[in-house]
Amino acid sequence: MAENQDKILEEVTGSDYKYGFTTDIETEVIPKGLNEDVVRLISQKKNEPEWMLEYRLKAFNHWLKMEQPEWAKLNIPKIDFQDIIYYAAPKQKPQLDSMDDVDPELKATFEKLGIPLDEQKVLAGVAVDAVMDSVSVKTTFKETLAEKGIIFCSFSEAVQEYPDLIKKYMGSVVNYTDNFFAALNNAVFSDGSFVYIPKGVRCPIELSTYFRINATNTGQFERTLIVADDDSYVSYLEGCTAPQRDENQLHAAIVEIVTMERAEVKYSTVQNWYPGDKEGKGGIYNFVTKRALCKGDYSKVMWTQVETGSAITWKYPSCVLMGDHSVGEFYSVAVTNNYQQADTGTKMIHLGKNTRSLIVSKGVSAGKSQNSYRGLVRVNKKAENARNFSQCDSLLMGDQCGAHTFPYLEINNNTAKVEHEATTSKIGEDQIFYCNTRGLSTEDAVGLIVNGYVKEVINQLPMEFAVEAQKLLQISLEGSVG
Amino acid sequence: MSIAGAEIKVEEKYISLFKENQGRLNIMASDVVANAREGAIKIFEDKGIPNRKVESYKYTNLNPQFEKDYTCDFEHEVFNQNLTEVFNCNVEDLEAITIYLINGWYYRKNQLPDSLPEGVLIGSFAEFSKSHPELFETHYNKYAKNEEDSLVAMNTAFAQDGFFIYVPKGVVVEKPIQIVNIMKAEESFMAFSRNLVVIEENAQAKIMVCEHTLSENRFLVNAVTEAFVDKNSVFDIYNIQNQHNLTTSISSVFVKQKEHSSVLTHNLTLHTGVTRNNIYVHMDDEHCESRIYGLYVSDKTQHVDNFSFVDHAMPNCYSEELFKGVLDDSATAAFAGKIMVRPNAQKTNAFQKNDNLLLTDNAKINTKPMLEIYADDVKCSHGATVGQLDEKSMFYLRSRGISKEEARVLLMYAFAYEAVEKIRVEAVREQIRGLVEQVFRGELNKCNSCVLCGQVSDNEFTCM
Repeated sequence: MAENQDKILEEVTGSDYKYGFTTDIETEVIPKGLNEDVVRLISQKKNEPEWMLEYRLKAFNHWLKMEQPEWAKLNIPKIDFQDIIYYAAPKQKPQLDSMDDVDPELKATFEKLGIPLDEQKVLAGVAVDAVMDSVSVKTTFKETLAEKGIIFCSFSEAVQEYPDLIKKYMGSVVNYTDNFFAALNNAVFSDGSFVYIPKGVRCPIELSTYFRINATNTGQFERTLIVADDDSYVSYLEGCTAPQRDENQLHAAIVEIVTMERAEVKYSTVQNWYPGDKEGKGGIYNFVTKRALCKGDYSKVMWTQVETGSAITWKYPSCVLMGDHSVGEFYSVAVTNNYQQADTGTKMIHLGKNTRSLIVSKGVSAGKSQNSYRGLVRVNKKAENARNFSQCDSLLMGDQCGAHTFPYLEINNNTAKVEHEATTSKIGEDQIFYCNTRGLSTEDAVGLIVNGYVKEVINQLPMEFAVEAQKLLQISLEGSVG
Repeated sequence: MSIAGAEIKVEEKYISLFKENQGRLNIMASDVVANAREGAIKIFEDKGIPNRKVESYKYTNLNPQFEKDYTCDFEHEVFNQNLTEVFNCNVEDLEAITIYLINGWYYRKNQLPDSLPEGVLIGSFAEFSKSHPELFETHYNKYAKNEEDSLVAMNTAFAQDGFFIYVPKGVVVEKPIQIVNIMKAEESFMAFSRNLVVIEENAQAKIMVCEHTLSENRFLVNAVTEAFVDKNSVFDIYNIQNQHNLTTSISSVFVKQKEHSSVLTHNLTLHTGVTRNNIYVHMDDEHCESRIYGLYVSDKTQHVDNFSFVDHAMPNCYSEELFKGVLDDSATAAFAGKIMVRPNAQKTNAFQKNDNLLLTDNAKINTKPMLEIYADDVKCSHGATVGQLDEKSMFYLRSRGISKEEARVLLMYAFAYEAVEKIRVEAVREQIRGLVEQVFRGELNKCNSCVLCGQVSDNEFTCM
């Protein structure tokens, strides 16, 4: 049986990364390396106003003083920041008034990824902002959204058209001094998405961004800013893929969310960057800073993430619960296989009164991977009646992988109720045996059990994403019986 | 001798203290102990006193404590009073073998009972390191992790005396061995005590370390205990801390376990200034069992930090960890527990729990239960909770006519009960039960007394 298991495991882990193709599109790149001129050049290429350039330079100078963090339980090979291309854009970038203007190659790419970029696919009900190699190539449904006063556009467009909003909110959640990768992003970010939901508006469709790295040797540095004004609601999806390459590529993004009174933002991610091959060669370094500020009373932010890709993941979507009665939730499934490494989790900072947070993290490690949950729950002195519950489970499939849990609980108020629970185990032989006796193959049984194990998180995803996430999980794990 | 230090870095002060006194440190020391010093001071020099940037000391900054000036006693000043007359510990129903340490030094007038089982050695660390060099060569400084913690290295560099216990093959020491460590000095005082316990195959021993302060000045105690527990042996160590608010106590226990051995460690922190307890358990063989418990009850501005590291190096071991804390006034506490399951340690069962009660707005707790697991066929879990007294239970008790204060005490006691019940020596358990209740009622304020028997020293003073 063991042999059989190994075989299945091999088949599965050997299966190709479905999104590993590259697209032959002419890209405009700037030379490798990073210095002040490069920052200026990026800003110039994007035709940015002076204040933006100043902001970039401030961040760049600060970044120079910082060191790459080493506290995570990750083995990060030295990154040569001079060996990265900081700006790559599909060449014909141009005014895209209708779908016909989009480069057919590009269209084909997104079709291959199964992204409803085409506006005819109204039924899919998703407005898409596609970002390829850090540049937003097409935003759909713009007009429909504009009728409601919703702004959904690429970040650079927002810089030109809504400078007041950008000035007000950019960096208000993740400051350029926040951390090493955030500072880098602030200096060189190329594009991203901007969303503004006005007061009292409930966004009728799901907004979505697809990130795609295409060019070689490029780093992707996009940033997303979501501002939800009083009483508004939006559900935002993010998906990522990259071609299969031998070298490592860096992805350092920032996501900022601001919610005002009674506003609610649901942010879902299905992260499937290229994880490297069986030997651990290549793959994306995914170093992302995601943070939400629940500014208004009764506001709510919900992070849901399914992490199956990336060679190394360093990511802690966090919530700063500033408004009274605000709520932060975090649901995560992190799957690692082969030589993947993940150090992911969340931070819940309770500042306001009667704030609540919930953390559900499910880790699955297989192969020779290392999967860590790292989370912080902090209740400040004035945060009365804060409530937190954290559940972190790890599932080990294979005897060479690792699953780790590093929760930090810092409680400074006696009215807080904080609970943390974690378990680590493998799939029970009795469970598999039970399924076997019911005529299910071991492989199906494992699929079933893992699916049940992550259900709590998958259930939080919007329908379309849930299906995709489930498929991804199958690719990553099917049959890898520990 | 006193240490002068103002502008120089804190570590420098101790390094020069070491260099100046190296000769005196070695007067009584055997070669094994003396030879370990150089390497250890080097590590201390490299790492310095841990600050908040050191992950395992994130929530406890000891620098202010070390910045103060202390006197040290490198040539043991003989304690002239007859200690057993001043201080006599009689716990009801507890028949114990009692020995005393004064300021970390083994009290020379300790009287051991004649009925000690054959082959059992109890006595001074310094003396036995000379008379039994073979035991020290095999065990001394083999389990303490100087590399992991610069304060342990500091102890290794300065270590002179403490207690030594050896239980040979097949011997069961029925009576618990009580070690009463008394701190008594005229001015701010720093002590290093170093202890070694060797339990051979099929042997059993239980020890209780009671820490007391008998004078009103500032103390800094840095104690390290190493224990080797061989096949099929049973070893319990209870650390009962009852020191006044000016005490900084750093206590590290390192246990190495062999096949089928069973170990229990229990840190009972009843009163203290700043306390840091390190417990390292290394299960080096299959079928080991270890139980690591702790109870801390703090008020005023006390600070308690418990750090534990359970190393499942081999398969089929079992570990259980439970730390409970009740924090009143402006007390702060930290807990960090790490369970490490090494790659081949299959069939590991490891459980860890840290529960805390915060009674006031100013009390603070930072807890960090960690799992690091490299084997797949394991059952590990950890949990941490922070909360207050349950309103419903409170209401229930009040509705039965119990006063608010009494209900509060009952509920706190019920919370601490789980940890108290883990004590495996009945007489001690009884005593601690009563003591914990006293603490909750605010009656235990004579911290200069022996907690176990309530014995008060001659110059009585009240707690700060």
